[in-house]
Amino acid sequence: MTELTCIVCPRGCRLKAVRRDDGTIEVTGNACPRGEKYAQTELTRPVRVVTTTVKMAGGIHRRCPVKTDGAIPKSLIFDAMRQIGRVTLHPPVRTGQVVLKDVCGTGIDVVATRDLS
Amino acid sequence: MFDVAIIGCGVVGAAAAYELSRYKLKIAVLERGNDVSQGTTKANSAIIHAGYDPEPGTVMAKLNPQGNRMAKEICQKLDVPYRQIGSLVLAFTPQELPVLHTLYERGVQNGVPGLRLLSPGEVSRMEPNVNRTAGALYAPTAGIVSPWEYALAMMETAVKNGVSLFLENEVRSIQKKDGGFSIQTGSLVLESRFILNAAGTHADLIHNMAAQPSFRIVPDRGEYYLLDKSQVECVSHVIFQCPTKVGKGTLVSPTVHGNLIVGPNNEPPRNADDVSTTAAGLEQVARNAKKSVPGLNLRESIRNFAGVRAASDRDDFIVEEAPGAPGFFDLAGIKSPGLSCAPALAKLAAELLREAGLKLSEKEEFLDERRRIRFSHLSAEEKAALIRREPAYGHVLCRCETVTEGEILAALKGPIPPRTLDAVKRRTNAGMGRCQGSFCGPRIVELLARELGTTPDEILQDGPGSYLLTGETKGGCADV
Amino acid sequence: MYDLIVIGGGPAGLAAARAAFDAGSRRILVIERDHELGGILNQCIHNGFGLHYFHEELTGPEYAGRFIRMLKNTGVEVLTDAMVLEITPEKQVTIVSRKNGYQVLSARAVVLCMGCRERTRGAIGTPGRRPAGIFTAGAAQYYVNIMGYMVGRRVLIVGSGDIGLIMARRLTLEGAKVLACVEIMPYSSGLNRNIVQCLQDYQIPLYLSHTVTEIKGDARVEGAVVSKVDKNRRAIPGTEMPFDCDTVLFSVGLIPENELTRRAGIEMDPRTGGAVVYENRETSVPGIFACGNALHVHDLVDFVTEESRLAGTEAAKALLPRAPERELLLRAGDGVSYTVPQKIRPGRVEKSAGVFFRVRRVYGKSTIRVTCGGETVSEFRRERLAPGEMERITLPAALLNRARDSLELSIEEEKS
Repeated sequence: MTELTCIVCPRGCRLKAVRRDDGTIEVTGNACPRGEKYAQTELTRPVRVVTTTVKMAGGIHRRCPVKTDGAIPKSLIFDAMRQIGRVTLHPPVRTGQVVLKDVCGTGIDVVATRDLS
Repeated sequence: MFDVAIIGCGVVGAAAAYELSRYKLKIAVLERGNDVSQGTTKANSAIIHAGYDPEPGTVMAKLNPQGNRMAKEICQKLDVPYRQIGSLVLAFTPQELPVLHTLYERGVQNGVPGLRLLSPGEVSRMEPNVNRTAGALYAPTAGIVSPWEYALAMMETAVKNGVSLFLENEVRSIQKKDGGFSIQTGSLVLESRFILNAAGTHADLIHNMAAQPSFRIVPDRGEYYLLDKSQVECVSHVIFQCPTKVGKGTLVSPTVHGNLIVGPNNEPPRNADDVSTTAAGLEQVARNAKKSVPGLNLRESIRNFAGVRAASDRDDFIVEEAPGAPGFFDLAGIKSPGLSCAPALAKLAAELLREAGLKLSEKEEFLDERRRIRFSHLSAEEKAALIRREPAYGHVLCRCETVTEGEILAALKGPIPPRTLDAVKRRTNAGMGRCQGSFCGPRIVELLARELGTTPDEILQDGPGSYLLTGETKGGCADV
Repeated sequence: MYDLIVIGGGPAGLAAARAAFDAGSRRILVIERDHELGGILNQCIHNGFGLHYFHEELTGPEYAGRFIRMLKNTGVEVLTDAMVLEITPEKQVTIVSRKNGYQVLSARAVVLCMGCRERTRGAIGTPGRRPAGIFTAGAAQYYVNIMGYMVGRRVLIVGSGDIGLIMARRLTLEGAKVLACVEIMPYSSGLNRNIVQCLQDYQIPLYLSHTVTEIKGDARVEGAVVSKVDKNRRAIPGTEMPFDCDTVLFSVGLIPENELTRRAGIEMDPRTGGAVVYENRETSVPGIFACGNALHVHDLVDFVTEESRLAGTEAAKALLPRAPERELLLRAGDGVSYTVPQKIRPGRVEKSAGVFFRVRRVYGKSTIRVTCGGETVSEFRRERLAPGEMERITLPAALLNRARDSLELSIEEEKS
């Protein structure tokens, strides 16, 4: 039995996850279905959304905030940071604009999270 | 060759430079730090004492009342914040009353005007938040000042009048030469007829470079609380306690910046540069201070700091030519009332130099004035006119103290421009408020980097080596 | 003469301005001291915002962006790079800016949205030296996220508030080594999810009931000493742990920024650090409203938005003087630190009034009891309550109309 805290929303439900004999994971303590899904994923293939910044050239902003447009495997976080670190953006930038496609082969893009002119 | 080299640019060195700059002389000031006032001058009680404390006949006693008078005048001429709020020395018990009488007598002998012994009732009327007393000594001529601005103003004026200031030049060795001395710092060799040793907590080390040891600095540390402006109405005079052998004790006082200062204590630091605060020391200051003001709200502290006094193994100031080193004058062991005496000490030093053969002939054109724009003090009309003239004054950078970009730019154009965050703070008050620079700090770093033609990670907080930032994010690649 | 002047263009000000527009105000001015709107959200590049308000998880800039876009085509005026120096009870607002110089503008109503500032090392009195390398978490966040500079290589974080936890992760991702997070209380004041995704994810130890007792270093931080504390939060001698850090980040609390509020003579609540307000967020000066972190420190920006929309809507309606109204005082009883609002005028409540509050300690299964004159008038159950998580209950108009003088909120924990 594993105890874990759900990170899907700020409520932070305290979850208990038990691996059944058939390999599936039974989750209790969640206040909503997202918590169940979180515990199952966390115990098999933990993923995280990564938020960071990219360099900007030109314009008055030196950095543009970005995020992965979905959660990527936890094990790839630092590789993703390195790949994102090589990007340089030029204004104008729109929220949602893709700044790096398919980061670290995850199929997930990195997108800008701010409008910058 | 210089006529006089002054070693140390705290308030004593600055006062000496200011005094000597009125004469036709070639003066150099050598300072190990990267700014004026980086030693004891920026970390003390900020009091211009009335002068009843020193024993009559001492150099301190001779200089204190004179320095007190000069402070008022200089602060007015050079636009240094100064307020003559007067001081009270409290006697908590009848047993302490004889101490007050002694101080009174000393004061009279030293020529301190206006001293009065007060009854307990008078004390409570003057200071309702102060503890019950058996009486107090009231000295109306005591004042509060901005000590670093005092030193800066005098040094800026000296520089405007031709004095050369060499920052980041720590004196490493001194040799006697024909007609004077040769002084080596890490990067300079400088020759001078005379030397004034104003090196504060390191005065003995400097002395010993040129002469046989004749005194020892015994550093003495004092810790302080600085309280939020909301507490400033707590007391309206400088509140002292009866002095002991160790010193004047813990005081509670308004500051010229509108805060309340509480401290110091006396304790031996690990070395002459150890300006740490300690839990025990701060607790002691708190205990002591609450004897004077029981309701003191130390939870409203915005900052603690400590300063090291350059006390020596002698009781009095050491103002003399170094035995065996003619032309080398010590201005050493300048503990309290050093700040109060500084300009008078400078005049005494000038006199000693004259007696030693230095010709003092006054300049015809001595620029003896300084003005600084303080945006937050201006009237509505003045603010409006100023912003129209120079829009940078419309950009407020320090929210807590309402300091504008215009004031920082003006400081950058001054005679001793700031190159660090704390140098900006000392000149403009930016970063001195409640948030202690957590809001304006990064913005001032951006401004400094822009104006000094460098990058933010080159900007220091204060002294050499005090870097703020360790490179860029994203692996530190340069901007495209 | 403006209908409304909003002081602050962060999430509170943006929501208040749009709400005022929705309620019919037309001459609205938002004054912002930075060169762009968004407030603190511009540097909060992490996600966790908007789950309540938009049912989506957004980053700070995205959340702010939605509200900035909501102001487009409304005619709401925005003045950036402008600092308000003073407001008077007569709603004269003194502003300085490079662009417009020194101005005094009048408004029928004002909403105070100045946000808050951080407590500093100085405020908690950590002994030691004062070298470079000591930052508040927010200042470090600005350096890293806005300016693009790192603040250090080996970091100790003091305080387990959310900002400190977020910066622990941020600095780690940018290549620093975060040695530990130390928290003086026996529980963290940050959200549980942040303990997981900011500390546990990166094996950063969290030391509860510990605090920093000395900072070393002459020019730059060279180390820090951390000690365990007893139940009175005093350091226990002999428990000192040295940390080889070059940076210390302080995340030790936020304080509402109310210089302007105090100088206007508005009644303040020492428990919140903000103004005393009625159910519609009006202060003791009619026509001046307060909301967001300037009123009381929030945990979730979604609640800031809700509160600010309320204040903005009400400010739009605040045009005519009203006759004296019945007031109920809200008291913070057992276990409750404070409530916002502090006072309710039942006559102004249409359907119900929301009451935000914080508890004094962590509680398990509990009842939130509302009493009037000693008698229970309402009860709410909760599984868990914590000081770091602001709570909310809703009191129906009928209950408020029946109540007399004051209502008291208290917490009763279920005995296990």
